[in-house]
Amino acid sequence: MSDVRPRIRLPRSANAGDVIEVKTLISHNMETGLRRDGSGNEIPRQIINRFTCEYAGKLVLDVTMEPAISANPYMEFDVKVDESADFVFTWYDDDGSVYSETQSFEVS
Amino acid sequence: GLGVAAVAMVPGAAIASAVDDAISAFTGGASVTDGGVTIDAPEIAENGNTVPIAIEAPGATEILLLAAGNPTPGVAKFGFGEGAATSRAATRIRLGGTQDVVAIAKMADGSFARGAVEVKVTIGGCGG
Amino acid sequence: GNWSKLSAQQALTQDDLLRFDTFGNVSLIHITDIHAHLKPIWFREPEWNIGVGGVAGKPPHVVGKDFIEMFNLTPGSPEAYALTYVDFEALGRTYGRMGGMDRVATVVNAIRADRPEALLLDGGDTWHGSMTSFLTKGQDVVNVMNKLGVEAMTSHWEWTFGQDRVRDIVADLPFPFLGQNIFDNEWNEPSDEFEPYTWFERGGVKIAVIGQAFPYMPIANPGWKFPDFSFGIRESRMQEMVDEVRAQGAELVVVLSHNGFDVDRQMAGRVTGIDVVLTGHTHDALPEPVIVGETLLIASGSHGKFVTRLDLDVRDGRMMGFRHKLIPIFADVITPDPEMATLIDAERAPFKDQLEEVIGHTDSLLYRRGNFNGTWDDLICEAIMEERDTEIAMSPGVRWGASLLPGDAITREDIHSVTSMTYGQCYRTEMTGEFLKVVLEDVADNIFNPDPYFQQGGDMVRIGGLGYRVDVSAPVNQRISDMTLLSTGEAIDPERNYVVGGWASVNPETEGPQIWDVVESHIRKIGRVALEPNTSVQVAGL
Ligand SMILES: [Mn+2]
Ligand SMILES: [Mn+2]
Repeated sequence: MSDVRPRIRLPRSANAGDVIEVKTLISHNMETGLRRDGSGNEIPRQIINRFTCEYAGKLVLDVTMEPAISANPYMEFDVKVDESADFVFTWYDDDGSVYSETQSFEVS
Repeated sequence: GLGVAAVAMVPGAAIASAVDDAISAFTGGASVTDGGVTIDAPEIAENGNTVPIAIEAPGATEILLLAAGNPTPGVAKFGFGEGAATSRAATRIRLGGTQDVVAIAKMADGSFARGAVEVKVTIGGCGG
Repeated sequence: GNWSKLSAQQALTQDDLLRFDTFGNVSLIHITDIHAHLKPIWFREPEWNIGVGGVAGKPPHVVGKDFIEMFNLTPGSPEAYALTYVDFEALGRTYGRMGGMDRVATVVNAIRADRPEALLLDGGDTWHGSMTSFLTKGQDVVNVMNKLGVEAMTSHWEWTFGQDRVRDIVADLPFPFLGQNIFDNEWNEPSDEFEPYTWFERGGVKIAVIGQAFPYMPIANPGWKFPDFSFGIRESRMQEMVDEVRAQGAELVVVLSHNGFDVDRQMAGRVTGIDVVLTGHTHDALPEPVIVGETLLIASGSHGKFVTRLDLDVRDGRMMGFRHKLIPIFADVITPDPEMATLIDAERAPFKDQLEEVIGHTDSLLYRRGNFNGTWDDLICEAIMEERDTEIAMSPGVRWGASLLPGDAITREDIHSVTSMTYGQCYRTEMTGEFLKVVLEDVADNIFNPDPYFQQGGDMVRIGGLGYRVDVSAPVNQRISDMTLLSTGEAIDPERNYVVGGWASVNPETEGPQIWDVVESHIRKIGRVALEPNTSVQVAGL
């Protein structure tokens, strides 16, 4: 897919030891494999089938996804930020593509 | 106003076995107790194609999310790593009609817990 | 005749209507669901307003003679005329039209003369519902409400003008457009474009007004017109907002709501710390508050037919007592406010000829309000079947739209009063018998689900050409039976395709002529409207 675009929403600031809410979106139409095109041909399945998030090198979340996840998959979860470090977000596409986004987060 | 086409639903018995199969595959056949899993969902879905769902099961290492009335019930499996502050996640899911959304949590001690909530998906209409 | 009209009007005076023993230290003025009706109208209250489950037989699910008895009204009195459907035509000829925002202005100004710090709150469904509001995208009503001096509002049909129009209007509003349940769809967070609550200091009392927009917006109306937003009841956030304003020193907490009465009643029983819920959406007019725990629920009717004055005694951060009056706006009794009358006429002037053109006449009483078909809807369904050549017609179960008395001319404006909307295309399509049942069951569950949080607050979809039986107490998908095609008397075949016409589809690609043009064309052809009684819906389970 040409227009796959990840977006991340983190709080503006946090203190060391805080629990923060992390939100992610990735633009992707999550083709279910159940639809047919105008000529009646099956449109092949193509979804994001896995999402992971790591913080400070530690795994936060690892999600296996099915076609019942909506288009533009959204994930929201909680992370305890003990130190300033990098978030690494990774999305795995059925077509073998891997989309990755790294964001550093500063705690005070 | 009356809108969208009738939703795809499969017969009750077929659904039940597909859901049971998915749960057994996750639990390895272990018993599952009710409670300990919270599912936060709207009373009525604003749009069946994107229904916000939040699941939480304190102490869970994994949560399996199922849409019991969809042609295939699987939705997602959430694994919480050592960096997770809570065993909570929220996402958006597709629901083919009014049905139960089911979450099975695997606890750190290997036990399993279950929660379910009905979400209504309506054709849409009018009002006051 | 004329004498009885004269004597009745002599018996009823503006002073009587406005008389109020000022009480306590705070006055709230509530108007809601004006639906852009700036001029006086006829408005027949429902003959059917079924309550299911725990609310059966409780207000507002009381109509007609039962209503008159429950509230100790005198049959044939002005109050009985205003609040019930009983003898509507005869009493209408005696007591005249109701509403008119110039009369409402007189009442609001009089309350403010008595209590200068009275707080005027608008429950929404304000900008939509008339030909002029359609043509001006709500601007005519906005100008009127600004002049009236509204101090906060919430919303529902406002959104059907599209989110950009809402943003444009709100940018210029001199008061907040509230909704604690208006969320940003993208990140599922409270919208930062609209405030959840606002503050007033009146009579020395710190008042928080929390807004609650219509919860089912993208379900009941086309979500594609406001894709950036999500709504919902969001009961737990309502509790958070109440706790937040209490923590900030609110001595009086008012919820300005467009939930609908039963949803508000349930919410008031579950959320603690609300003093007053000003209800809206379901168009109920109740002469007394309904009290849930320590919360007052106020229902102020619709279409400018009533204004509520609620005086409160708030001391030491507590509501200690109240005095309430649902003021009926008898258009022939209350003197129009001249400035407002001038403004309204100026707003209408560019469209006057179009509005007032007579399309036909009616020999039947035309009304809509009620759980099942009203005569306006029968006429609309007839127009759809004739003009679009369909076997079956569907008309949405909305609660807005004025009535007409037998003998009245039908103007173009009258047609718009019951059809105006931004998605009025009259579609023609095919539906299987099975799908028709799915539709009827789906709508029935939106009305008769015993859990109020699953009720969307409209009435049953109106059907032409098809009869059915509904068991209102049955569970979902088991309420509808005996579906019959009226033209042949045959049972509806689940497998067969039927040609169906309708309007107000929430789908973006709906095609067809505007419903008001369809109805106008039909009325022009028949000249005079004379409807047979509609017996196509059998109601059971009461
Ligand atoms: Mn309304
Ligand atoms: Mn409404």
